[in-house]
Amino acid sequence: MAENLKEQEKNDLEKPLPKEKYEELEDYIDSLPSLEGRLIQILHKAQQIFGYLPRDVQLFVARRLGISGAKVNGVITFYSYFTQKPRGEHTISICTGTACFVKGVGKIIEALEHELDTSIGSTTEDMKFTLKDVRCVGACGLAPLIVVDDKVYGRVKPEEVEQILAEYR
Amino acid sequence: MKQYRLHMLVCAGTACESQESKDIIKNLEAELKEKGYEKEVQVVKTGCFGFCEKGPIIKVHPDHVFYVEVKPKDVKEIVEEHVIKGRVVERLLYEEPALEKKITEQEKMSFYKKQLRLALRNCGFINPEDIKEYIAEDGYLALGRAIKEMTPEEVIETIKESGLRGRGGGGFPTGYKWELTYRNKNDLKFIICNADEGDPGAFMDRSILEGDPHSVLEAMAIAGYAIGAEKGYIYIRAEYPLAIHRLNIAIEQAREYGLLGENIFDSDFNFDIELKYGAGAFVCGEETALLNSVEGGRGEPNAKPPFPAESGLWDKPTCVNNVETFANIPQILLKGPKWFNSIGTENSKGTKVFALAGKVNNVGLVEVPMGISLREIIYDIGGGIRDNKKFKAVQTGGPSGGCIPEKYLDTHIDYQTLQEVGSMMGSGGMIVMDEDDCMVNISKFYIEFTEDESCGKCTPCRIGNKRLSEILTRITYGKGTEEDLENLKDLGEMVKDGSLCGLGQSSPNPILSTLRFFEDEYKEHVLNKNCPSGVCNMGKKKKPAAKKKQ
Repeated sequence: MAENLKEQEKNDLEKPLPKEKYEELEDYIDSLPSLEGRLIQILHKAQQIFGYLPRDVQLFVARRLGISGAKVNGVITFYSYFTQKPRGEHTISICTGTACFVKGVGKIIEALEHELDTSIGSTTEDMKFTLKDVRCVGACGLAPLIVVDDKVYGRVKPEEVEQILAEYR
Repeated sequence: MKQYRLHMLVCAGTACESQESKDIIKNLEAELKEKGYEKEVQVVKTGCFGFCEKGPIIKVHPDHVFYVEVKPKDVKEIVEEHVIKGRVVERLLYEEPALEKKITEQEKMSFYKKQLRLALRNCGFINPEDIKEYIAEDGYLALGRAIKEMTPEEVIETIKESGLRGRGGGGFPTGYKWELTYRNKNDLKFIICNADEGDPGAFMDRSILEGDPHSVLEAMAIAGYAIGAEKGYIYIRAEYPLAIHRLNIAIEQAREYGLLGENIFDSDFNFDIELKYGAGAFVCGEETALLNSVEGGRGEPNAKPPFPAESGLWDKPTCVNNVETFANIPQILLKGPKWFNSIGTENSKGTKVFALAGKVNNVGLVEVPMGISLREIIYDIGGGIRDNKKFKAVQTGGPSGGCIPEKYLDTHIDYQTLQEVGSMMGSGGMIVMDEDDCMVNISKFYIEFTEDESCGKCTPCRIGNKRLSEILTRITYGKGTEEDLENLKDLGEMVKDGSLCGLGQSSPNPILSTLRFFEDEYKEHVLNKNCPSGVCNMGKKKKPAAKKKQ
């Protein structure tokens, strides 16, 4: 954890977050009719604007809502949708629902990890791809499937992985 | 109103859309325009037809022609042959494998023959992005009748009499839930629609929201009228962008038409609906956890009582119902409780939507009357097991349910019978497994899921599920002992008894049911260090490889 924080601080220092993005978030918060019960909604917006939720953004939201940074961090770490690390240019979501599981998504995961030389939940060094597993996408007719950004690839075979990645490389 | 000679209904559910159904619609519109038929033929973007296996689907109305596996490049031929020359494109018809015969009409396909589509009645029929099409199918008529002709007590009585039970998994009688919330007097009450469909392998609610969002909005307003609430929330997974998009359109249109907002149907009843997004936490399907999440906090469950009907959202009386439950409400009011009551079994009325997936030929969304047998669903509707393999088990109820072996295939399903065979109705996931699937590995898959999704608030669930997962991992690596099997049973019972919410109280079910029906397989792993299906690596290779063979 401590290491994570250090790494994150380094990230934050290396890339100061643009002022316009804070202003956009501020405008969004101002546009809400009330702030009661809106924390998750605001974090969704913040992640959409910044791409991830670094410490500075968490503290910004906390101050703006008049709650503790710990509460904000508690919510972010509870939900798998929120991330504290920057994402790669493309996000590859692998469906790990039961239908995909019994249809062999394990082999697809292996192929992707091998091809990208990274593991699930991580981003490639060149910040090109983030690999993550998601719970059922709900398109079980296409199992096993992966989603790259917004595009769904159904009935994927391990040998097709290289070709799919090539579209984004 | 414009009259069209033909309507081309194109499926735009998530599964079909990801197979280029958008391009099919675009090509159809362009092609019709080019040939000068755009005034005669209407292209309608509909919700899910359910037959995801054979998508994308185009249904031509009123010709009763059902095209499957259509590609954008097939559009030219469809327009040329079907629209212009009036000839059916044989090539794109569904072929019934058993008969080796092409079938034109949807109703004659074995996939649809035994289905009874009530909750899904409009899915694959109307354009979900146009409120007028919903209204043309008697939409919002039930709400109008409730407000104009019935008292809240009468609405509640009707739902009670229908025998409708919650479709999200618990199976609590819906009418009683409404009555409890109605009886708790308060200035402020809430209706919540639970659309946090988290079971892996389940997509019933998503398809209803994508295909017929107004039915849910109408039912929420009816529920609001019945219990005395003016505000409703739909708690929906952020992973369902298309459903969110269509709900937003539907809410906007309903407000425009005065069907949501103030003084609905010129009465003094006000009701409005807001979306709340989940953020990826399975436990939020549990109603008290869901309420904490709607309030913007960590989605941890609370001890019950107090039940939400007494003290729910912001400590006010709150009624939480599932999407599919709501989708049944309008027609119960229109057709009467006796009609609904006549469908199903003694203790389970109406129909249930199942997401049929796994090793079955026809993967898709099916709606069947309660009391149908598992065999009928898997073999008649589902078309049997893929690649002529042997059936091994069917899993219902997701991570809270169990695996049902072949000897119970003739079980007539309802809430009670499924529990008797160690599973549960759950929200409607139904995964078929064949001889290549290892039951130990399957229960490991589910327990890893709950281990990951346990919120950590109570000890039995947080630590118990972790230990269960460790034992199963040991067994699949060939390091299990006979004592481990005993421990699995004991610990499983303890987690069930000791956990705070439904997640922990049901999480050992996949293990307990597979231990009950497939004990031999566990023993083979433990005594002979052998995985009969050849799935588990049993510590042979270095890498914790392949969860499953292709």
